[in-house]
Amino acid sequence: MTDEVLLRARGLTKTFGDFIAVDGIDVEVRRGEAFGFLGPNGAGKSSTMRMVGCVSPVSGGELSILGLDPATDGPAIRARLGVCPQQDMLDEDLSVEENLWVYGRFFGLSRREVRARADELLEFAQLTERRRDRVEPLSGGMKRRLTIARALINNPEVLLLDEPTTGLDPQARHVLWDRLYRLKRQGVTLIITTHYMDEAEQLCDRLVVMDHGRIVAEGSPRELIDAYSTREVVELRFEVDDRDHPVDAVRSVADRVEQLPDRLLVYTADGDETLARLHESGVRPLSALVRRSTLEDVFLHLTGRSLID
Amino acid sequence: MGAAPGVTVPAADRATGRLLAGPRPPMARGERVLAAMEHHLRVYRRTWRGSIISRFLSPLFFLAAMGLGLGSLVDSSAGGVGGQPYLQFVVPGIVAYQAALLGFGDATYPVLGYIKWNRMYSATLSTPLGVTEVLLGHLTVLGANLVVATTIFLAIAAVFGSFASWWVLLAVPVGLLTGLAFAVPTFAISASIRTDNVFGILYRFVLTPVLLFSGTFFPLEQLPLWIRPLAWVTPLWHGVVLTRHAAVGQWPGWMGLVHLGVLVAVIALGWVLAHRAFTRRLLS
Repeated sequence: MTDEVLLRARGLTKTFGDFIAVDGIDVEVRRGEAFGFLGPNGAGKSSTMRMVGCVSPVSGGELSILGLDPATDGPAIRARLGVCPQQDMLDEDLSVEENLWVYGRFFGLSRREVRARADELLEFAQLTERRRDRVEPLSGGMKRRLTIARALINNPEVLLLDEPTTGLDPQARHVLWDRLYRLKRQGVTLIITTHYMDEAEQLCDRLVVMDHGRIVAEGSPRELIDAYSTREVVELRFEVDDRDHPVDAVRSVADRVEQLPDRLLVYTADGDETLARLHESGVRPLSALVRRSTLEDVFLHLTGRSLID
Repeated sequence: MGAAPGVTVPAADRATGRLLAGPRPPMARGERVLAAMEHHLRVYRRTWRGSIISRFLSPLFFLAAMGLGLGSLVDSSAGGVGGQPYLQFVVPGIVAYQAALLGFGDATYPVLGYIKWNRMYSATLSTPLGVTEVLLGHLTVLGANLVVATTIFLAIAAVFGSFASWWVLLAVPVGLLTGLAFAVPTFAISASIRTDNVFGILYRFVLTPVLLFSGTFFPLEQLPLWIRPLAWVTPLWHGVVLTRHAAVGQWPGWMGLVHLGVLVAVIALGWVLAHRAFTRRLLS
């Protein structure tokens, strides 16, 4: 990572009529960083990404990408970005390799360059065997990998990934994370939106938590957990009927308790000790689980809501 | 780098994080349009086999039904249309009509698909290409398709003796303009609608009456005076008149320029509307 700032937003705003999708956010991303926007659906992440991708005009504030202004230098900026949108947006009538060739030509690459590059990226995306197949019948994970491969066809300096693993099964997600992690190791700047806290923890050096178009916290996953959560969490499940009853008893033992529909989350520095004290005070949960704090807990603390409803 | 064996990772420059291989020169407008065309040509290459059969069959159906069937009736009972055999009267009209229909059809589901279903237009606009290049690239290939289809139609109809003059070759550029006069405004419609129900409504309540009242099957003069202005405002009538003149090698006079002007004006207006609709829909 260098000190060069690739993305700078000041008071960045996006409105659609009366609706404020992005409400004056400040963001800086440096070259080589893996930067994340974490938040629930509708938090303004995708609107932010579209402005950064120069396909959505800025409603207010300042935005500069690669030192250029999207309002005047859109094509020049887009030439240096790789975009992996939330939906795959592939031409399903074409073959896997044709999708790469066609896209490479949009960036002015010669046919020879495009073919060489496509071979390399098909290998990277583990799609070499399927290269001549039509896209339509491919699995969701394959289409996603093809979309990412396509986003890399122009050798971008920044890769924008909007919800890269949404809708994929766990195995496909892990394959994708592995590929993204390799790119990150190569020094490619990644800008990722996600509503999965595990994804943010896996991939992001630094992230902002967004809610209702605003940034509510910023830092590395570790910093955010240290600042907004405790080291450990005890998850308690009770009989559904008396779900409400033990809350007061639990509160008397712990600093902070969050009540979810199906369980209580008890925030504490030492889970086992807290669990022992709960037993002493007569709390008898159906099940108890001690785990480390995650970004999910950070989000819950900051907004009082879960990331995924 | 600890890349696992057998896994290719794109090489990147450590200092800049930029993936290696090649500078990207800034692209000229023409180059960007060509890149967009290339996409549609590839799609066309995969789908032309399905359409080529209808390209040959539809003129045959029309010639058999209208030219030979209805034509023999008209010729024997009325002596043709103004002394002209009905076949030679009706075929130029049908040539113009099939161009209009093809232009309309190619601008409906395929365009809505690129906007809404596979969203390939959005993917395209994430590259250096803009709305102008996306539109020009698609319309150029659509126009080439119109030229091919009109030429096939003319060739088959010529075998049946539908034309009296080699000037009928001018029906190809006229067919192109007529087709575009339907395609370009339809691009604007396709970029403005949410569901494809609209296409069925357009076909039933716009395309069909336009076909019936544009002087395609009978001279416009057969219609009462009050209904004729309907034909004047549809691009098809202008295309039909021009094609009919070309088919007999008759110079249409200054009215020919008016007909051409109307076609060009409809295309130009359609372009402005399509550009605006695309920008609103895809770059909001």
